[in-house]
Amino acid sequence: MENWSLISLCVLLGLTSRWAVSFHSYSGAGKPPIFGDYEAQRHWQEVTYNLPVHEWYFNNTNNDLNYWGLDYPPLTAYHSLVCAYVAKLLNPEWVELHASRGYESHSHKLFMRATVLFTDILIYIPAVLLYCFYFCDGSSKQKVATALCILLYPGLILIDYGHFQYNSVSLGLALWGTLGLGLGWDLFGCLAFTLTLNYKQMELYHSLPFFCYLLGKCIKQGLTGRGFFHLVKISMTVLVTFALCWMPFLSDPKQPLQVLHRLFPVGRGLFEDKVANTWCSLNYISSYHVCETHLIIAGGHSGIIMLPLLLKDGLLLPYVVTSLAFLFLSLYLLSALERSTEEELRLGLYRKHTQHWLPKLNLSRIIKWKFWFSLVAMAALSFTSVWLKPPAKLPDLFPVLVSVLSFLHFLGFIIYFNQVQLMEPQRKKSLKKTN
Amino acid sequence: TVMAAPMTNDQSCFFALALGVSFLKCLLINAYHSTDFEVHRNWLALTHSLPVPQWYYEATSEWTLDYPPLFAWFEYGLSHIAWFFDKEMLVVQNLNYASPATILFQRLSVIVADVVFFYAVKECCKCLREDKGKDLLGKPSFILTVLLLWNFGLLIVDHIHFQYNGFLFGVLLLSIARHFQNRHFEGALLFSVLFNLKHIYLYIAPAYGIYLLRCFCFTQSNADGSLQWRSFSVVRLVTLGTIVLSTFAVSFGPFIALGQLPQVLSRLFPFKRGLCHAYWAPNIWALYNIADKAFSILGVKFKLLDINKLPKASMTGGLVQEFQHSVLPSVSPLATLVCTLLSILPALFRIWHRPNGARGFLRCLVICALGSFMFGWHVHEKAILMAILPLRCSSDVFCIITESTYLLGLIPLELICEFVYPLTVWQKTFPFLPLMLTSVYCALGVTYAFIRLYISLLTCSDNTKKIKTQ
Repeated sequence: MENWSLISLCVLLGLTSRWAVSFHSYSGAGKPPIFGDYEAQRHWQEVTYNLPVHEWYFNNTNNDLNYWGLDYPPLTAYHSLVCAYVAKLLNPEWVELHASRGYESHSHKLFMRATVLFTDILIYIPAVLLYCFYFCDGSSKQKVATALCILLYPGLILIDYGHFQYNSVSLGLALWGTLGLGLGWDLFGCLAFTLTLNYKQMELYHSLPFFCYLLGKCIKQGLTGRGFFHLVKISMTVLVTFALCWMPFLSDPKQPLQVLHRLFPVGRGLFEDKVANTWCSLNYISSYHVCETHLIIAGGHSGIIMLPLLLKDGLLLPYVVTSLAFLFLSLYLLSALERSTEEELRLGLYRKHTQHWLPKLNLSRIIKWKFWFSLVAMAALSFTSVWLKPPAKLPDLFPVLVSVLSFLHFLGFIIYFNQVQLMEPQRKKSLKKTN
Repeated sequence: TVMAAPMTNDQSCFFALALGVSFLKCLLINAYHSTDFEVHRNWLALTHSLPVPQWYYEATSEWTLDYPPLFAWFEYGLSHIAWFFDKEMLVVQNLNYASPATILFQRLSVIVADVVFFYAVKECCKCLREDKGKDLLGKPSFILTVLLLWNFGLLIVDHIHFQYNGFLFGVLLLSIARHFQNRHFEGALLFSVLFNLKHIYLYIAPAYGIYLLRCFCFTQSNADGSLQWRSFSVVRLVTLGTIVLSTFAVSFGPFIALGQLPQVLSRLFPFKRGLCHAYWAPNIWALYNIADKAFSILGVKFKLLDINKLPKASMTGGLVQEFQHSVLPSVSPLATLVCTLLSILPALFRIWHRPNGARGFLRCLVICALGSFMFGWHVHEKAILMAILPLRCSSDVFCIITESTYLLGLIPLELICEFVYPLTVWQKTFPFLPLMLTSVYCALGVTYAFIRLYISLLTCSDNTKKIKTQ
């Protein structure tokens, strides 16, 4: 079968599963007076459409910042504005100032879900396909299989098409940024990454690697010669992009300050619901140049972190189905467990250290057992969270257990990925090919 | 070894496809369901709560039992499992009861019943000629598996609209597979069971009858393929007859004993409904209706007809009743029966005269299904599945329905119907127009497919040598 047919099939399967998940409930459905993220996005459309730009981030009678005030950077606001224009065409009631608060209807849900799908198709999916074809190893069939697994990654589908968010935009743009850097199109990469920073401030987590990589590249080219010129070009791209995004807010010094105040609310607590941590998991998974085993091990676990959130949104069924489907599909298509030799998993450093006292230790087998064990732990925790009541003295037992389990996993991943990063032989060959 | 390609094993591939589509079906659990959902809930309730003599008399709900008794027993069996999900759904008076547990149970029952379909598809794949050298994705068995397991028409009808077609088609495909495997007694038994589950399969009974009589009861043919009268085997005929009759006895027996047969038959064959369903199935009568409408409009325009004498919005009112045509002669149930028989006779005659083994049987079966679809009384558009699914197995004929230009034409048609039309002024005065257009366009396609299929059947050469190796 031709590559194009396979790719189309994968994309269509990805789109079908996304749309099938969107049948289900969204965050805050039918829960007045506060509702949830879905209402927040709708409210932002209302605010951006009806109010002038300089009022978007300010508290006044028309814009109550306590009710889902804008707390993402300007690009999200512009995106909401565009959606609002479309909404106005279809049904003005959806974005009527004040009157549309808590608006819920079947056609509105269809519209909102469609906006997510649209941006997904436009930004995220092409990035994933390009990534798989340019940066993954293996035959073209294996690349297609990887693309399919990434497209069916449950975390993103559940959050974007279930809970309701636009992570596909920010992740997609970040992925375009990575692609740009990988293909040697540094300025394009910078542009894309700056745009994603201006879409969601969370992407700051990724900015350090970007910065360090680019700085390192410039230094390598010689800071007195080409490197300096390159650095200037990069800086100009970043500054101009920022300026363009923030232009409406630069007329008055109070504006950017207020926006920053909304973006980085130091006044709030450390743990803003579970969404903050789910963010980490999503970003973490998608940002690394992961091979299949990493993908499955890390990807499979992110679902469990979001379980309390998903349960609150009434998304248990999609969670179970998409997680199982993803696990099964990735194990089947990518035969990951077969390929977890020590070399594949790059456990060299560990080997060196343990060789001394435990020469017979079979690290790859340990990893396999660990994988199955954590799967079982995940399943057990999911089951107990849904069906069992926690003891009266410890009402938050299950979410805490979930957090602890996830933390341990992520700690392990951080150590592991750092090891891989530090031990990675110079990938000069692949860079040369793509430049 | 370490880098082993993941999909060399056919079994695991089949399993992956089956599991994948089952996952998708699970995601559709909370999607829209039609009144058929309530129909089946009602049947669960009445088979569970009422004694057998009342099953075909019960009329609390408008959705009375109109499938043959074996299906009623199937619902009875399901109702015992339903009891553990939500007892309230088994109360007959709970009309339109749709608690989350009810929905979950009903949807799961369809998903689980599809196991029969999976098994049947696997058996059909065994009957295909395999090209060993081919890459997995190009193998006929893989393609057939995907086309059948992931058939979106079936997915939409079964797992959204809500029906048990997967299960029923599984039985049909298994029966066909058995005939291909020369296990004719099993095939006949399966078909009898199928007919007693859903009597719509009456449409294809002639194909079975003629094929079994010609190719099984007459054990041999002459060298040129013609009938050898002397090879008639009474034993085989009697065995077949026994199988069929005993199935009917198990199914209808209790009702015949109770003297309820007329009532059961009246429930199974309700002729009081109109020529066309509320949404016209894309068959000949859709084209007939549109011609009638066109003539009546022209007639009024050219003052040949009096507008006051014409029935208003007769066929296009979206209702299910008996109608009269305005210009062309009205069509009665008997007329449709005659047309259907005439349309399938050439095919039946063909397999009697020059049978082509199981392959010819399959083509004839598809033609019978299509012919009944084309000319039948009160056809549902879902009935097209009965032609499409077996057609998939007949891989060499498949290309007929993929005429690209025609299919591409569906895109602008749907765009107009779904997006453009609702924004026009005609939406209020002629709300039925988009549906009518869709029906007519599809009817043209189906008619074309029917004709091409017929030509293919009547002109194909004898392949008796090849058949013997199957």
